[in-house]
Amino acid sequence: MDFLRPSTLDEALAMKAEFPDAVPIAGGTDVMVELNFDVRRPPALLDLGLVTELSGWTRENGHVRLGATVPYTRIVTELGDVLPGLAMAARTVGSPQIRNRGTVGGNLGSASPAGDAHPPLVAVGADIEVASTRGSRTVPAREFFTAPKKSALEPDELIVAIQVPEAAGPQQFAKVGTRNAMVIAVCSFAVTLDVAGKGVGTGIGSAGPTPLRALEAERFAAAELPWGSGEPLQENIVRAFGELVGAAARPIDDVRGTAAYRRHALSVLARRTLGWAWRSVPQEVAK
Amino acid sequence: MRVNVEVNGEQRTADDVWPGESLLYVLRERLGLPGAKNACEQGECGSCTVYLDGTPVCACLVAAGQVEGRSVRTVEGLGSAEELDPVQDAFVRTGAVQCGFCTPGLVVAAHDLVHRKPDASDAEIREALAGNLCRCTGYEKILDAVRMAAVAVKEQRS
Repeated sequence: MDFLRPSTLDEALAMKAEFPDAVPIAGGTDVMVELNFDVRRPPALLDLGLVTELSGWTRENGHVRLGATVPYTRIVTELGDVLPGLAMAARTVGSPQIRNRGTVGGNLGSASPAGDAHPPLVAVGADIEVASTRGSRTVPAREFFTAPKKSALEPDELIVAIQVPEAAGPQQFAKVGTRNAMVIAVCSFAVTLDVAGKGVGTGIGSAGPTPLRALEAERFAAAELPWGSGEPLQENIVRAFGELVGAAARPIDDVRGTAAYRRHALSVLARRTLGWAWRSVPQEVAK
Repeated sequence: MRVNVEVNGEQRTADDVWPGESLLYVLRERLGLPGAKNACEQGECGSCTVYLDGTPVCACLVAAGQVEGRSVRTVEGLGSAEELDPVQDAFVRTGAVQCGFCTPGLVVAAHDLVHRKPDASDAEIREALAGNLCRCTGYEKILDAVRMAAVAVKEQRS
């Protein structure tokens, strides 16, 4: 096995082009588990730790351009106000030690349907910036995942950054697991409100072959929420929203839970998170 | 592969490192530092917690080559048998040590917390230690130890 250690993005892309089977590693929280347990023996590791182009974030044109190797801890401490949904999800990742190392780029690269970062990225309509020596392109988060642990990433490409629109209203994330820390989601759900645009975004995690969007639930809520009224949500609207979210899931029975449980739990999460989000719509905007 | 890394303030070199091996393996098997424990090898238990450039991480999830030129501090680097670190002392005095296997990881995680946030609430202590498992389930004593160590750190500072 080779250990490749590029110090610039150009160098990293050249190495990935030359060795497309090299596995990129940043925080190592997924990759090292596979190596430790002999699940994977790649011909090379491509350590992105020295590539400074990937390790920071900037705010530009209404979105945050989040470098692929920014650890979750920094998202929690530095981006909680502009990307509240992603920061909430980041707070639920693993443990402090895992959040100090794990990255959204790595979460996307692994493309597990249970990845905690995915629902908020899908809900808010983030774009994934990927690059190779052939050039760079952006892939919508909603189209990035193609199958369990499969993504639109080509073998010679690296995930460079995630362009996440700044919150246009309250955002929420909730996850079901056996304890608060260190859990792979049984199911998870993210909701975003665009108060001025009267829009609703959703993301479902760990209840389908890929992270999913509950499109009908989004359309229903966008049409039925009492935008601008300052009024509380009506129970029938919240309930119908939850049912539409549950119906949008495509869960399976597995070791963490049954399909029926996941559907039910998702509809509960959807009701709760919509309620929490609605209650924190700024009153001056609402009235 | 050769890896050069500062460990507990000393420049160390490990040779014949397999590129896929972990920092934990390098520390324990190549540098003779068995303080960080090897239990789950998947970041679930926290027994291998060490500082990497001042940040607590699971050594089992860091590839050896990633620490080239960086600085690692293990539980061996916190205090000595003659002069325990206040966190180590608090663990001993409160009886927060049972079988002892989880202790090194918990000591490093607690050390980070009490220096970063000596006024941490109980909820914050629990959150900070959520990645460290004690199979003897001696968590109450461990919480006592962290509270005692936090007082000691505050006294040191004032």
